[in-house]
Amino acid sequence: MARVVVDVMPKPEILDPQGQAVANALPRLGFTGISDVRQGKHFELEVDDSVDDETLAKIAIGFLSNPVIEDFVVRRLS
Amino acid sequence: MSKIGVITFPGTLDDTDAARAVRYAGGEPVALWHGDADLRGVDAVIVPGGFSYGDYLRAGAIARFAPVMGEVVTAARGGMPVLGICNGFQILCEAGLLPGALLRNAGLHFVCRDQKLRVERTSTAWTGGYADGAEIVIPVKNMDGRFAASRSTVDELEGEGRVVFRYTDVNPNGSLSDIAGISSADGRIVGLMPHPEHAIDALTGPGDDGLAMFRSVLGTVLA
Amino acid sequence: MTTTVHVDTTGHAASTPDTPQPYRELGLKDDEYTRIREILGRRPTDAELAMYSVMWSEHCSYKSSKVHLKYFGETTTEEMRAKMLAGIGENAGVVDIGDGWAITFKVESHNHPSYVEPYQGAATGVGGIVRDILAMGARPLAVMDPLRFGAADAPDTRRVLPGVVAGVGGYGNCLGLPNIGGEVVFDPSYQGNPLVNALCVGAMRVEDLHLAHASGAGNKVILFGARTGLDGIGGVSVLASDTFAGDEGGTEPMLDPASRSSAPMLDPASRSSARKKLPSVQVGDPFTEKVLIECCLELFREGIVVGIQDLGGAGLSCATSELASAGDGGMHVYLERVPLRATGMTPAEILSSESQERMCAVVAPSDVDAFMRVCRKWDVIATEIGEVTDGDRLVITWHGETVVDVPPRTVAHEGPVYERPVSRPPVQDDIVAATPDALPRPSTSDELRAEILRMAGSPNLSSRRWVTEQYDRYVRGGTVLAQPSDAGMIRIDESTGRGVAMSCDCNGRYTYLDPYAGAQLALAEAYRNVATSGARPVAVTNCLNFGSPEDPGVMWQFQQAVRGLADGCAELGIPVTGGNVSFYNQTGTTAILPTPVVGVLGVIDDVASRIPTGLGAPGDTLILLGETHDELAGSEWAHVVHGHLGGQPPVVNLAREAVIAAVLRDGGVSAAHDLSEGGLAQALVESTLVTGRGCDVELTGDPFVALFSESSARVLVSVPDPDAFTARCAEAGLPWTRLGAVSATSSLRIEGVGELALPELSEVWEGTLPALFG
Repeated sequence: MARVVVDVMPKPEILDPQGQAVANALPRLGFTGISDVRQGKHFELEVDDSVDDETLAKIAIGFLSNPVIEDFVVRRLS
Repeated sequence: MSKIGVITFPGTLDDTDAARAVRYAGGEPVALWHGDADLRGVDAVIVPGGFSYGDYLRAGAIARFAPVMGEVVTAARGGMPVLGICNGFQILCEAGLLPGALLRNAGLHFVCRDQKLRVERTSTAWTGGYADGAEIVIPVKNMDGRFAASRSTVDELEGEGRVVFRYTDVNPNGSLSDIAGISSADGRIVGLMPHPEHAIDALTGPGDDGLAMFRSVLGTVLA
Repeated sequence: MTTTVHVDTTGHAASTPDTPQPYRELGLKDDEYTRIREILGRRPTDAELAMYSVMWSEHCSYKSSKVHLKYFGETTTEEMRAKMLAGIGENAGVVDIGDGWAITFKVESHNHPSYVEPYQGAATGVGGIVRDILAMGARPLAVMDPLRFGAADAPDTRRVLPGVVAGVGGYGNCLGLPNIGGEVVFDPSYQGNPLVNALCVGAMRVEDLHLAHASGAGNKVILFGARTGLDGIGGVSVLASDTFAGDEGGTEPMLDPASRSSAPMLDPASRSSARKKLPSVQVGDPFTEKVLIECCLELFREGIVVGIQDLGGAGLSCATSELASAGDGGMHVYLERVPLRATGMTPAEILSSESQERMCAVVAPSDVDAFMRVCRKWDVIATEIGEVTDGDRLVITWHGETVVDVPPRTVAHEGPVYERPVSRPPVQDDIVAATPDALPRPSTSDELRAEILRMAGSPNLSSRRWVTEQYDRYVRGGTVLAQPSDAGMIRIDESTGRGVAMSCDCNGRYTYLDPYAGAQLALAEAYRNVATSGARPVAVTNCLNFGSPEDPGVMWQFQQAVRGLADGCAELGIPVTGGNVSFYNQTGTTAILPTPVVGVLGVIDDVASRIPTGLGAPGDTLILLGETHDELAGSEWAHVVHGHLGGQPPVVNLAREAVIAAVLRDGGVSAAHDLSEGGLAQALVESTLVTGRGCDVELTGDPFVALFSESSARVLVSVPDPDAFTARCAEAGLPWTRLGAVSATSSLRIEGVGELALPELSEVWEGTLPALFG
């Protein structure tokens, strides 16, 4: 068993209203110096050793993310 | 005539409806702006529904920091009646005026339906006009309506009789103990997910069961 | 990312006439490109090429449909035009409904984007139509969404439908607009080509009508709303690269990950974000749009807007060229002033960006400060990007260099016009000859009873609750009727009770059998639905969804549908105020069922007198208005039970529809429900379930035909005083049949068929969509 983390983020050129709302609120709350915020999704998967990288990539690209608007990164922890 | 403030944040949607409900109940609605730290002399405040700031971070998370909310928190601690409807309920929870939090609906969809509720407590500023245990129908419409709190908080709410409204026929969002609305310990602050302002006449809603909420505060508290 | 932006100026273009340009990649034909060179007297710059290519696309220029759409104007009489304040050619049609109120309404398609990215495609479809309404000076008041998908049980439908429904809801709910109706239709022909049409209704005081034009030299052009990013410029991005090889559009939806050859992306460093692969997907931000709406309405109230235009498809290219060509002068735009979300954008990209939630206004110089103050109040970014000039050119500069210098009308209105070949496909004779007459029909009471249940639970007839519960129908507090009512109805004026009703309908199977009659049947149904609510139908909009205009058979369907609809409107005396055409809805050579969605707007003097959908009080008499014939071709029964589609659709009787509408408006009806797909059987099922009351019914004639025929011009009504009511029917020359009565029981009892208990019916009717979509 291993823990696999998949982080899904909106592509840099894609509008991210969520991140923008947070970024706009920060100065109102007195936090300065933060120029941009992007908001994504974080998945943690418990996987068997039999699951290879290619399978994980398929899960990430076709299901956890929509490659039309999102990028992803897959990381195996321990 | 008693004045009831209705707050507008960017993204607030049901402010005109809440104001109309106050009018139907015989009160004078006063528009309050999120950016003004000023309650304009109102006798009570309604924090209406909508998607303040898009609800993009967490429902209510950004609105609670608005200048007007500082005034609301101070006034509420001093006993001013406050009603939070839907997004307003979420804002009051984020602001710490009511316990718990509202999470994504269990079905993961936005749900809009005519909802049966039981009035569990009539000794609040906003429910005095209902009969004890009254069954009412009020529209519910939300994405994040699932009431959640620690076991001890829920026990405390139940023990102190602070569960004001409970879903009866169906629990539309997976709320703990079918909780639809709760109050502060003194009963002056009430928050609920269903929308009483959309049940003020049979022409535009499922009935007029919501009107009593606005009449309650006008009749029993401010008179 | 800092890139040096290579700028192709007009001077550079004039001195380099032979530079090859990727006009074909941008969708322009050889002769279209030649014409642009003739207009300009030189080759276009990159920015000009981007503008012309997008504005001369089928979507923006209506180049294949224009010659046919003219027929709407030709058939509109002065009398029909009398109540129209604005019509075809404006952002949306506007109708005077009395008491000083004007209503604007329009429907538009967002089909392909919704296939690529269902949630965002549908969401931005709603956002776009709402801005169209806003640009007329109106407050948007309600939305409706006619949706069509492939077979209900197809895997791709499971991908597309939940996303589309969530997108429509996610955007509309967050915007605070009630969703008051629409359609959800399944047919295998829509697989790969879902139809996502979005309709919006808005209201304004008659004197507040704002038209899109830029008049008055010296007036300022202000861009406000969201920043401009690299949204929806997949096509134009070829101009940013040095070579055009290897461009991959990148709009394939991810249907089957296993079939993709892309290498697994496990290395964060290998994230792909190459400019060349930019998706043509836009992401909607309903919160920004909500704020933009309130900001615009405050600007209108202040009376400081000379002209206004929304930015939709074709972005600034469209907004600047349309504003300039509708005004009395030219325009100068300083493109470097446009607030950007991405770095290194070229002038062509800025002009083509389809970033959402943006508007463009023309403002007198003395009002600019006031304009900016209102925008600041709402935290809306506003930038003065140019001014109206006394010339007749649209000039766009980029840091002092001219990148666009064109006659604006040649971009916005004088695009190519095609007389595409039109020919009735030979196969049409076979389609018409394949009547449903020989299909086995149920005859025993048990068979009929079973067929009623089977039909009630079929995907097209089952309850839409799973969909409509995801839409807020209450917000704004003016919703008088919404789904599952025949028409949506909203109150416009709280003091007088004046309101409007709206319905949009189409049966693509009828249109496939006979496009002329099918379009009239769509009109008839929408008209009837509005009439059934008690309102007076007054105006029509449409969204014409068809296959490829390059197929003469499709063009024949289109031509026939336009003629049918226009002739029908002329007969009913209600004008078409606007519309939208969506072509290329096809996979390979197979087109969708021709789907001219027709929206009808009605007016009701006092919404308190609306007619509820369903059954009246127990004891009320049930009467069927109209006549029933053996008409099963194209019916839901033939589709569900036999998978059959052939023959002639039901006969159109618009004169009868008008009589029914008049009789319903006279009052005396406690509830009503129109008959359409599924015939009387379905109308009875829905009426009982919607009101939760039973009824006892006796059929006349062949019970199968009585139950399942889809003859048009029929409405089921409940009346407390049948003698008075039927006397009025007789007087109006309206045939009627006494069916039975509303009962105090909870079952639908049909003499000779049996009893259907409401709980059993409800389980069947309500169960289908949740079982399919969760």
